[in-house]
Amino acid sequence: MKYLFMESKRPKVAVFDFTDCEGCELQFANKEETLVDFLKAIDIVNFREVMSEKSDEYDIAFIEGSISRADEIERLLTIRQKAKFLIALGSCACFGGVNRMKNKFPMSDVNKEVYGETPKETLPVRSIKELVHVDFEIPGCPVSKAEVERIVQHIIWEVPYQFPVYPVCFECKQRFTICRFELGELCLGPVSAGGCDAPCPAGGTPCWGCRGICAAPNFQEFFNLAKERGFSKEEVIERMDFFGGFRSVTGSK
Amino acid sequence: MLFRIIKKEDFKTFVNLMLQTTEVIAPKFIKNNAKGKPIHQFLPISNYDEMVLDYEKCEFSAKTYFLPYKNTLSTFHMKDHDWTQEIQYRIQPRAIFGLHPCDINALVRLDKVFARDFYPNPYYISRRKNTFIVGIDHLPCDDGFCHAINANHITHGFDLFLTDLGDRYFVKINSDRAFMAISEVPIQEITDEDTKDYLAVRKQISQSYKVSVKTDDLPNLLDIEFESKVWKKWGDKCLNCGTCAMVCPTCYCYGVTERVSMDHSTGKKIAYLYSCNLLDFAMVAGGHNFRPNQETRLKYRYYHQHRGFVESYGEPMCVGCNRCGRSCLAGIDPVNVIRDLHEEEKL
Ligand code: SF4
Ligand code: SF4
Ligand code: SF4
Ligand code: SF4
Ligand code: SF4
Repeated sequence: MKYLFMESKRPKVAVFDFTDCEGCELQFANKEETLVDFLKAIDIVNFREVMSEKSDEYDIAFIEGSISRADEIERLLTIRQKAKFLIALGSCACFGGVNRMKNKFPMSDVNKEVYGETPKETLPVRSIKELVHVDFEIPGCPVSKAEVERIVQHIIWEVPYQFPVYPVCFECKQRFTICRFELGELCLGPVSAGGCDAPCPAGGTPCWGCRGICAAPNFQEFFNLAKERGFSKEEVIERMDFFGGFRSVTGSK
Repeated sequence: MLFRIIKKEDFKTFVNLMLQTTEVIAPKFIKNNAKGKPIHQFLPISNYDEMVLDYEKCEFSAKTYFLPYKNTLSTFHMKDHDWTQEIQYRIQPRAIFGLHPCDINALVRLDKVFARDFYPNPYYISRRKNTFIVGIDHLPCDDGFCHAINANHITHGFDLFLTDLGDRYFVKINSDRAFMAISEVPIQEITDEDTKDYLAVRKQISQSYKVSVKTDDLPNLLDIEFESKVWKKWGDKCLNCGTCAMVCPTCYCYGVTERVSMDHSTGKKIAYLYSCNLLDFAMVAGGHNFRPNQETRLKYRYYHQHRGFVESYGEPMCVGCNRCGRSCLAGIDPVNVIRDLHEEEKL
């Protein structure tokens, strides 16, 4: 197959999960209308959730989840050595995700809260790029399959792809969605990275910033406008800490 | 232009007749906002009762029905080292009811760019020609400044225009197709009493504009105030979100991108509306950005609306609806920006 005289490579792809909910890998099986073609374009050789065969020969490794145990670090380092191209898939892998909220507490406390009298080995949560070099990040909780497809096309056919620079509001407006602020709610859309097509405000909940910070955020004004509408700085920061993508602003661990 | 009277019940029949053959878009009630104010949007309706003609303003303009946010320009089919191209201009006929004068004047502005300039745009023209426009007079909204920018009167660019006289509408009929269509239901000649009532309503409207701002010397003022502190003041607030351009009935800047299908057999060329406030609006190949600062980008949005467009087309592009100001979460609104510029000049 050729696109603009570029031969498709049909690369060997592996998908690995770490500390997460497996929601992102499930997206691989989503979008049925193009699923067959998606699976034809790549050669999946290792994907625990959907197949039992396993191969250690792969070009592209998708990493889902954050890192929260010593054995996960070992596994990740091995994968990094084998993969030519390593992609962090989803907010857990990119930022630490929802799991990262535990870093606010002493590890002994969280261990006790979850496992009671039978504590397990655990570490503060880290994103993939805090441990190994990452070639590409696809944020989202879960990731959007449409975006995964475009990034796969970018890698295998060299179709140009660039992450959008605009915040969530831009696409939100294109859907005729009533602004959550107008309904009296706090929304992180104005400072969150767009490209998701703003499904949350359209579906009736504000944006929680699962894709992290947009390219040109104006935090000063954002805190301002939130305050004018009755949302304190603490409240905004707590919201920003939900997926871990705003640590550069909130200063959380 | 012809003037007639139509009774409200006959108007209802007219709408329901239209619904049998044509997609009808009209202001529709969605819900109340947190302050208890009703929110209306231009959306397809399926019967007359869904249409709200005495609405205040739709936050979203009806622009998307003429310039969709995303529009497929052409589709490519790739096969055996060859390809074919398919272009579709044809659209189903549509009617839009309830446009206010500013909205109709916004279409007249877009016509200048896409229908009457050197490079007519067939995608726009087919939508425009296939859309039956029914406008309506209304008591001025709270924050619009259409009258201050001379966009509160309509002379062309529509099919029918209504003025509510209580139990009947005073109708301006502005096209052959409008005359044919409305003749399907009973309409009456204008009596002296109708004229009297019409003039009274018009007078009430013209006395009810709430916002005043001076705009006639704006192109000149903008020339002088290019380096003004005003741009930094407002620019510092901008969230670089593009909301203003998305809701604006006249902002028409777009980019073009290509998408390939996952089976690699088809490609699409897609035009997508963009905004000059977005970070990469003036980014060029090689990564250089001609407008890296948000205050510069904000400034250029005003320059295009109130100066550049005047230079090319003899009037501002802005029709004073203040949708941009109302939707901007940072509270950047044209009336206050323009007032600030006037203040600067006095110093
Ligand atoms: S990013 Fe969200 S969906 Fe994906 S694995 Fe993490 S928690 Fe699950
Ligand atoms: S709902 Fe959120 S994302 Fe949408 S326009 Fe409002 S602030 Fe922006
Ligand atoms: S709207 Fe916000 S929370 Fe929802 S998918 Fe987009 S970035 Fe994530
Ligand atoms: S002026 Fe307001 S709506 Fe426009 S980009 Fe700036 S913050 Fe967004
Ligand atoms: S610039 Fe603002 S006020 Fe002017 S037409 Fe656009 S949305 Fe309306």
